[in-house]
Amino acid sequence: MYLFTDGNVLSLATFFPLAGAVLIVLLMIGRAMAGLGKQLVDQASRWIALITSGLSMAAAIAAWSMFDGTNPAVQLVYKAVWIRDFNVEYFVGADGLSISMILLSGLISFIATIASMPWWGSHQANQMAGMHDDGHDDPHHPKHFSVRMVPGYMAMLLLLQTGMMGTFASLDMFLFYVFWEVMLLPMYFLIGVWGGPRKEYAAIKFFLYTLAGSVLMLLAIIAIYYTSLPALLADGSMSKLHTFNILELTRQAQSGLFAGAAPILGFAFSKIVFIGLFIGFAIKIPMFPFHTWLPDAHVEAPTPISVILAGVLLKMGIYGILRFNYAILPDATAWAANAIAIFGVINIIYAAFVCLAQKDLKKLIAYSSVSHMGFSLLGMAAMTPQGISGAVLNLFTHGIISPMLFLIVGVIYDRAHHREIEKFGGLAGVLPEYSAIMGLAFFASLGLPGLAGFVSEFMVFSGAFPVFTTYTIISATSVIITAAYYLWAIHRMFLGKLNPAYAGYPDLVWRERLTLYPLAAFCIVLGVYPQMILSAVNGSLHALIRNIHPL
Amino acid sequence: MGHESTQLVPVVVTHATWLWLIPLFPLVGATINALLGWKLQAMFGEPGKMKGGRGKQLVHSIAVAAMMASFAVAAYSFVQLKGLPAEERFLQQTLWNMFTAGRLSVDLAFSLDQLSMLMVLVITGIGTLIHVFSIGYMAEEPAYWRFFSYLNLFVFAMLLLVMGDNFAVMFFGWEGVGLASYLLIAFWYTDPEKAAAGMKAFVVNRFGDFGFIIGLMLLFWGLGGAWQARPGLVRNLDYVASVEMNSNAGASTAAESEALAPRVHGVKVGPTMNFRELRDQVVIEATGVKEHLAGTTVWGVSLLTLIGMLLFVGAMGKSAQIPLFVWLPDAMAGPTPVSALIHAATMVTAGVYMVARLNFLFVMSPSAMGWVALIGALTAIFAATIGFFQYDIKKVLAYSTVSQLGFMFIGVGTGAYWAGVYHLLTHAFFKATLFLGSGSVILGCHHEQDMRKMGGLKKHMPITRWTYLIATVAIAGFPVANGFYSKDEILWKAFTSHHLALFGVPTPWLGPLIYVVGLIAATGTSFYMYRSYYMTFTGEYRGGGDHHAAPAGIAHTDHHAAPAATADHGAHAAPADDHGGGHHGGTPRESPWQITLVLAILAAGSVLTLFLGIPVLWQHTFAHASTAPLLEHWLEPVLSAKVEFGHGTPAMEWLFQGLGVLAATVGFVAARAVYKDNKNEAALKAMIERWKGVWTVVYNKYYVDELYEVIVLRPAARVASAFSWFDGRILDGLVHAVAAVTKAFANLDGAIDKYVVDGAVNGLASVIGWAGGALRHLQTGRIQTYLYGALGGALVVVLVNFLIS
Repeated sequence: MYLFTDGNVLSLATFFPLAGAVLIVLLMIGRAMAGLGKQLVDQASRWIALITSGLSMAAAIAAWSMFDGTNPAVQLVYKAVWIRDFNVEYFVGADGLSISMILLSGLISFIATIASMPWWGSHQANQMAGMHDDGHDDPHHPKHFSVRMVPGYMAMLLLLQTGMMGTFASLDMFLFYVFWEVMLLPMYFLIGVWGGPRKEYAAIKFFLYTLAGSVLMLLAIIAIYYTSLPALLADGSMSKLHTFNILELTRQAQSGLFAGAAPILGFAFSKIVFIGLFIGFAIKIPMFPFHTWLPDAHVEAPTPISVILAGVLLKMGIYGILRFNYAILPDATAWAANAIAIFGVINIIYAAFVCLAQKDLKKLIAYSSVSHMGFSLLGMAAMTPQGISGAVLNLFTHGIISPMLFLIVGVIYDRAHHREIEKFGGLAGVLPEYSAIMGLAFFASLGLPGLAGFVSEFMVFSGAFPVFTTYTIISATSVIITAAYYLWAIHRMFLGKLNPAYAGYPDLVWRERLTLYPLAAFCIVLGVYPQMILSAVNGSLHALIRNIHPL
Repeated sequence: MGHESTQLVPVVVTHATWLWLIPLFPLVGATINALLGWKLQAMFGEPGKMKGGRGKQLVHSIAVAAMMASFAVAAYSFVQLKGLPAEERFLQQTLWNMFTAGRLSVDLAFSLDQLSMLMVLVITGIGTLIHVFSIGYMAEEPAYWRFFSYLNLFVFAMLLLVMGDNFAVMFFGWEGVGLASYLLIAFWYTDPEKAAAGMKAFVVNRFGDFGFIIGLMLLFWGLGGAWQARPGLVRNLDYVASVEMNSNAGASTAAESEALAPRVHGVKVGPTMNFRELRDQVVIEATGVKEHLAGTTVWGVSLLTLIGMLLFVGAMGKSAQIPLFVWLPDAMAGPTPVSALIHAATMVTAGVYMVARLNFLFVMSPSAMGWVALIGALTAIFAATIGFFQYDIKKVLAYSTVSQLGFMFIGVGTGAYWAGVYHLLTHAFFKATLFLGSGSVILGCHHEQDMRKMGGLKKHMPITRWTYLIATVAIAGFPVANGFYSKDEILWKAFTSHHLALFGVPTPWLGPLIYVVGLIAATGTSFYMYRSYYMTFTGEYRGGGDHHAAPAGIAHTDHHAAPAATADHGAHAAPADDHGGGHHGGTPRESPWQITLVLAILAAGSVLTLFLGIPVLWQHTFAHASTAPLLEHWLEPVLSAKVEFGHGTPAMEWLFQGLGVLAATVGFVAARAVYKDNKNEAALKAMIERWKGVWTVVYNKYYVDELYEVIVLRPAARVASAFSWFDGRILDGLVHAVAAVTKAFANLDGAIDKYVVDGAVNGLASVIGWAGGALRHLQTGRIQTYLYGALGGALVVVLVNFLIS
C-alpha cells in the first residue's frame, strides 16, 4: 500500500514491465548457459509477464486515484537531470489528459498479457492451438502464437508496455521521443515474428510508416528545441540555451515565442513545424490517407497485439497532437483547425463505408477503428469544451471497446482458423455466451446509449456542431452506416442457419472470460457514468483550448 | 382557449426518491433472466412436460413480478401526483451526473408529470397483461427465458424513454427500445428472414435518429451559444449581445455548469438538454428566449421550423411514418406478444409522445406543425389502403398501426395535443386487443396467419371472437367504444385548425384537407378491420385440410422454420419433438386462460376508457356541464401550448360526429357485403382480375421496399465497394509505388554495401540471427533512403519557395 507515492508511481508504472523483461532475458541467458528446461523458462516468463504487467496496472490505478481532477495542473511529478549537456531531463508527470491514458494503458496492457496466455488442456483446445496433445505441432495449422518462442514474446510485450506508459508519462520532449521509439521495435517483432501468414509484409509496412512519422516528428522536435529559450532544470541550475521541458515550452509558446519564430525555408515556423508533428502523429492515429498500414498490421498481428495496437497505440496520435501541437503551437493549431476537422470527417465516413465492404471480420474492425478515431479529430478541431472532452473521452471509450472487439475476433479465429464473415452463420446457437458478449461490444461500438461509445460520440457532435455545422451533419450519418455494417456482420455470422462445420465449438473459456468481462463491465459503467473519466480530464483540456481560443 | 388563460410559471419540482424503482424492477428482471434464466430452466425443467415446467414458471414469475412491482410503484406515484395541486404535479429524481462539459451537463434523472404518468401507467399496465399473455403464448418455446428477459428489457427502455428528465435519458430509452425491438423481432434468429427484419428495424430507425440528433443539436445551440457569433450561418445576433451566454466557457462539473448559466427573471436560460429548463425558458416570455428563437434563421430557414421538422424525422422512424414506416410491417416477424407490446401499445407511440412532450416548441412553428400533420394524414391514408388487400392477419394489423399512428400525428400536429395523446391511449387498448386476439387466432389455427385459411372461428373461439369484435368496433369508430372519441376529436380539430403552414407559407386550407383525408382513411380503417373480422371469424373454417403438423409446438406459431434445438441453452433441457399433445387436430380451439383473460381485460378497457374523453358537446347537451373531458383536464397543465382553433356551432359539431359514424358504417357495410361468411370468393377473384394493375401495386405495398433498394441500399453498396477499391488499389498502390522506388535505391545501396561492408554486415547478421536479417533490410536500405528523401524533399521545398517568392 505504501509502495506508491506521488513521486514514484508513474515511474513504477513505466518500469515494472521493463524489469520483467530484464528478468526474462536473464532466464533466456540462463537457458542458453545453464540449460534450464524449455517448459520451465516458458512458464516462468509467463508468470513474470503477468506479475510485472499486473504491478504496472496497479501503479496506473494508484496514480489515477492519487490524481486530483479538480486541479488542471500537472501532478505526480518526478524530475531529475538526465543528460546535462543536452538539457535532457527525466521528467514524468500527469495532467488530466495523460492520467486517463495512463489508466487505459495499464488496463489494456494487463488484459493483453492475460490474452497472451495459452488456454488449452482439452484435446479440442489443443487442436485449436495448433498442437497435438503430446505437444507436437499440428501440420495443418501454424503453431499458436502463445506457444511460440514464449520468453521472447513476453519480453517484447513487456518492453512495449514500458514504451507506452513512458510515452504518456513523459513531460520532457526528448524522453517522450525515446519512449515513442522504444515502442516501435517490440511492435515490429511482435507482428513480424508472432503474426499471421503475411506477417513480414505487415510488420515492415508498420515499421516504415511509423518510422517515416518519427522522422518528421524528430525534425519538428529539433526545430522546436533550437527555437526555445533556456529554463530551470530539476536541480535548480539553468539549462544551456534551450529546453526540452514540455511545460516550459508550453509556457514559452504562450508568450508567442514559436508563433513569431524565424521561418524555415520561407515557411512560417509554427506552421511547418505543426505540419511535421501533425503528420508524424496522424500516421499513428491513423488518419486518412496514412491509414493503410493499420488494417494489414491488425490482420496479421496476434490477438493481444491487436488489442494493444487498437487500445493504446492509436491513442498516441491524438495524445501527441494535443500535447505538442495544441499546447506548443496554439496559433498554428487555430490555423489548421478546419483541415483537422475535414480529415476527421473523411476518417469517419470513408472508413465506415469501407467497413461495409469488408469480408474479413478483423479488417472490418480495424477500419471501424479508423472511423472512430475520426470522432476524436473532429471533436478536438472544434475546440469547444464539449468537443475536446468528447474527443478524449472517445480515446478512452474506444480504448475499451476496440480491444474487446479484437479479443472477440481472436476467440473465433482460435476456433475456426479463419475470419471470413460469409463463411460463418448461426453461431449464436452454438456460442450463446460469446454471442452475448459480441453483441454488447458491437452495440457499444455502434454507439448505443447506455454503453461506452455513445456519450463520446454525442459530446463530439454537440461540441463540433456550433463550429463545423456542415461537417457535423455529414459525420452524423455515420450513425446509420455504423449500425448497418455491425448489424450486417452479426446477421451473417451469428444469425440464420447454423453452418454444421461449427456445431461443436466450445463457448468462452476462462482465459477469454478474464479478458472480456472486465472490459464489458467498463463498457456499461462508462456508458452511464462517463463523468468518471471526464471529471479528471475536463480541467486540463479546457485550459488547453482556452490557450488557443481565449474567451 | 386563449393566450391569457393561465399565468405560466417555472415548473415546481417535488423530489421523489422512489422514481428510479419504476424502471429498475424490469431491469433487474431482465438481468436475472438473462444471466440465470437458462439455468433455472435446465435445473427445474421437467423434460417430459415441455409446457409449464417449474423452470419456466420461475422464469415468467420473475418477469411478471418485476412488471407488477413496477406497476405498483407507478400506481403509488400516481396517487402522489394526484395529491399535488394541478399546476405542481411534477415528481423528479436525480441519480447522478452522467457527463458535463461546458454548458452540456446531463444528469441521469427521472421525472413524472401528467403526460409521462399516463405513459408509465399504460406501459406497466398493458405491459403486465402482455407478459401474462406470453406465458400462455410462448409456453412451448425452448428459449423461454430469453423471451422474458427481452420483454423486461424492452419495458425498462420504454420507461427510460418516457421518464427521462432530459433529452439524453430519453434518447437512452429511445435507442434502448430500438435494441429490444431488434432482439425481439429477430427472436427466432435461425430464420434469416426474421433476423433480417430485426436488422431492418434498427437500421431504418437510425435514419430517424440521425434527424433527431441534428434537430437536438440545432435546439441546443439555437438556445444561444458560441455559434451565434457566426453571422454567415445564423441571423439574429441581438440576443447574444443582450444575454451573455458563455456557452463556450469550460465547466468540468455539474455545479460549475450550473453556475455558468445566465438567469433572466430567475429562469435559467441558454443551451440545455433538460425538458424542464427548456420549457421554462421558452414559455415564460419575459426571458426573451421565445422571441430569440422565433427570430433566428439558419441557412435562411426559420430555426424553429428546422428543429421541429428534424425532431419529427426521429419520430418518423420510431413511429413508422412515411417514408420510414417500412420496418414495421416486417417487424411482424417477431412473436405476436411482441407485436402487441412494442409495435402497437408502446414503442411506436414514442414519436407521438415526443411531439406532445415538446408541444411548447412545436406550437411556435406553424410550418413544423403543418409538416407533422400532413405527414400524419398521408401516412394514415397510405397505410390504410395497403391494409385493404393483405391476407396475413398480422400484416393487416401492422398497416393499421401505421395508419393509426398517422391519426395521432394529425392530432399532435394540428395542436390538439391531448386528442393525439388520447388516441395513443385508446389505440394502446384496442390494438393490443387486436394483436393479442390475432395471436390467439394464430395459436388456435395451428400457426396459420393467412386469413384465407381461417374462417368460422366464432364457433370455436368465442372469447377471442368477441374481444376481437369489440376492438374492431372501437377502431372503426362507433361511439360504443373508445376509438370514436379520440378519432373524432382529432378530425374535428383538424377541420377547425386554420393556423397551419408549410415551409413558411400559411395554409389555412390544410386543416380541412387533412380532415377529408382523415375521414377517407377512417372509412378505410373500418373496411379493412371488418374485412379481417369477417374473413377470420365468420363462414366455414377453411384451414386444417392441407395443414400437417408443424415440426414444433405452438412456440413457433408464426414462423415456418422451427428454430434448431441448439437455439440456446434452454433447448437442451426441452426436447423439440414434444408437441404438448392435442394441438394438431383438425379443428381450432380456444386458447388457454392466460390468453383469454388478458383479451377480456383489454377489451373491457377498450370500452371503459371512452369515459376519459366524453366530448364537451355531449356534456353540455346532456348534463348541462361544460367541463373538459377528463383526460384533457388531467393533461392540461403539461400540454400548456395554446392553439387557436376555429369555433363551430354545436349543430356543426353534431354533423361532424355524424359523418364520423357514417364513415365507420360505410366501411362496415362494404366489408360485410363482400366478406361476410366468405361467400364471395369467386366474385372477389374476378374483381381483382379486372383491377389487376392497381391491385398489384397496392398488394405489393406500392413497391416502397423496392424503391429503397434502388435509392438507398444499392448506392450505399456501390460507394462502399468504390471506397474499398480506392483504399486497396489507389492508396495502398501509392504506398507500394513508394516502396518500389525505395527498393530500387536500396538495391543500388545494397550493391555498394556488398562490396564495401560485406564482411561486417554478414558477421553482425550471424550474431543476431533472424532478427538481424530483418533489420539489415532496414539498416542497409531504408535509412539512407530517408536521407536521400529528406535531401530531395528539402531541395523541392527550396525550389518551390524560390519560385513562389
